[in-house]
Amino acid sequence: MKMLMKGTEAIAEAAIRAGCRLYFGYPITPQSELTEYMAKRMPEVNGVFLQSESEVATVNMLYGAACTGKRVMTSTSSPGFSLMQEGISYMAGAELPAVFINVMRGGPGLGDIQPSQSDYFQATKGGGHGDYRMIVLAPHTLQEAANIMGEAFDLAFKYRMLVTILVDGMIGQMMEPVELPEWKNIEEFKEPDWALTGAKDRKPRKVTSFDLDPYELEKMNLRYQATYKKVAENEVRYEEFKIADADIIVVAYGTMARIVKTVVDSARKEGIKVGLFRPITLWPFPYERLSEIVGNVKHILTVEMSYGQMLEDVKLGVNGKTDVEFYGRSAGVVPTPMEVLEAIKKIAR
Amino acid sequence: MATVDKIVAQMPKSLSKIEFSYCPGCHHGIVHRLIAEVIDELGIAGRTLMVAPVGCSVFAYNFFDLDGTVAAHGRAPAVATGMKRALPDRIVFTYQGDGDLASIGTAEIVHAANRGENITTIFINNAVYGMTGGQMAPTTLLGQKTTTSPYGREPKANGYPIRMSEMLSTLDGAAYIERTMVTTPQNVIKTKAAIKKAFQAQIKGLGFSMIEVLSTCPTNWGMTPIEAMKWLEENMTKTFPLGVFVDRTKGMI
Repeated sequence: MKMLMKGTEAIAEAAIRAGCRLYFGYPITPQSELTEYMAKRMPEVNGVFLQSESEVATVNMLYGAACTGKRVMTSTSSPGFSLMQEGISYMAGAELPAVFINVMRGGPGLGDIQPSQSDYFQATKGGGHGDYRMIVLAPHTLQEAANIMGEAFDLAFKYRMLVTILVDGMIGQMMEPVELPEWKNIEEFKEPDWALTGAKDRKPRKVTSFDLDPYELEKMNLRYQATYKKVAENEVRYEEFKIADADIIVVAYGTMARIVKTVVDSARKEGIKVGLFRPITLWPFPYERLSEIVGNVKHILTVEMSYGQMLEDVKLGVNGKTDVEFYGRSAGVVPTPMEVLEAIKKIAR
Repeated sequence: MATVDKIVAQMPKSLSKIEFSYCPGCHHGIVHRLIAEVIDELGIAGRTLMVAPVGCSVFAYNFFDLDGTVAAHGRAPAVATGMKRALPDRIVFTYQGDGDLASIGTAEIVHAANRGENITTIFINNAVYGMTGGQMAPTTLLGQKTTTSPYGREPKANGYPIRMSEMLSTLDGAAYIERTMVTTPQNVIKTKAAIKKAFQAQIKGLGFSMIEVLSTCPTNWGMTPIEAMKWLEENMTKTFPLGVFVDRTKGMI
């Protein structure tokens, strides 16, 4: 049964159905409805909702709760995500699984509260200190966002990694019909063999990101890198939309990809063969697939609600095989289909 | 072969066999032992989780035979909150120094206490940043020389020593807060009793409990261990008076 839901609510309900019973958060626009939804919903499912004193505290509560081996999450928007970077680095180092929702808004600084894609670097390149990665998923519809929640938790536990769902204020605030995913039975989740639960009848366990001996810390780092390599080999996700005969391939993710789908159809009506390549995992980025498909196209156009952040990864994937053009607006301004179509026409000429 | 009739002293089971990394005359070791004895006596080792801080006691997670982690600097109360909310029937404690708790982590400790978070904090106040080499702490006494207050702490520039136990005792969520020291056998016994009470408050679900232990740092104070103990008793206790600041455990434990 489809329900008309707001993006933040669909994501929250999908997370609960995916087995999340521990939510920590701090209000920030444009995602406060997610926090409010959890405040109302968690007690109904015997879960924990806690409003923290800051995003700095939130991420550390997440750290503590994740240490116990349970499914934990938070949600925030750009400035709050910045504040969480310290804890994200610690959690990555301690190999703790958790899910973050970043509903991006315009920046830098206090910026505004309109939709933006300006945290791509922060999410995919590591906003905190140290050599770490987190898996970054970028759904482009509410249905996809709802579907991806279960996968986000599964990936977090499979690899003991952090997963960020990177969406923007548009996906957070819009309403559309959503078929909610099936309930997962939390009784069936196994307690991980690293979880801190009290050393009863077993040896004590330690979960840290810490070793003063550089050779020991290097071993830990090599373990992280081995995990990241495995993820990059096995978990790349993307969507190809009408690219088979395309002369121009637009690369876009999230809300921007959704807008581009409309533009692809408009351009084709005008006789321009355009397709869309949509990365779903922003990290690991689909470099290889992008590299394969650029051989036959004349132009690549990256479109973002930023001044060119994913653009750097697109260029790495294309690796000089063809021109890479860019069109983007940021600061909370969302490019219209007309603007994107104009950018395509300019290239096609 | 002699037989053992009665064991009168032994290493607490909750301490690991790993050697302490602390300097001679430092009080961390005494307080570690007291915590371990209390955990043993209360029989809670199998359901206790500890959160070590950043600072000299960063290694504490390894000095206890308990499940444990190390928090980011100052964030131990938030980490402990996450653990306790996930596993409400476990015992969770943080071990923090004065730079950690009274400077970078003030927000986290204040709000954990204010929520009446059912955790226990052991707070080591030695008026100085130990691990980084003796810099001024928020608890440094007026006039006290440190590497970042080489002319002595001067209130116009650096403010005043912060009294965390008194501050936190104004919050309704605090169940038990006491300040002690471990300079004499009698004080050691008192401190152990205080730590026990703090853990008992948590076991009974009464809310936030904290024991602040005034401690020496002979290395960074530039004193011998005996001089340091004397300096603590003569100077620190004037700014940081010993005592119970809040006790909502009466009739409960």
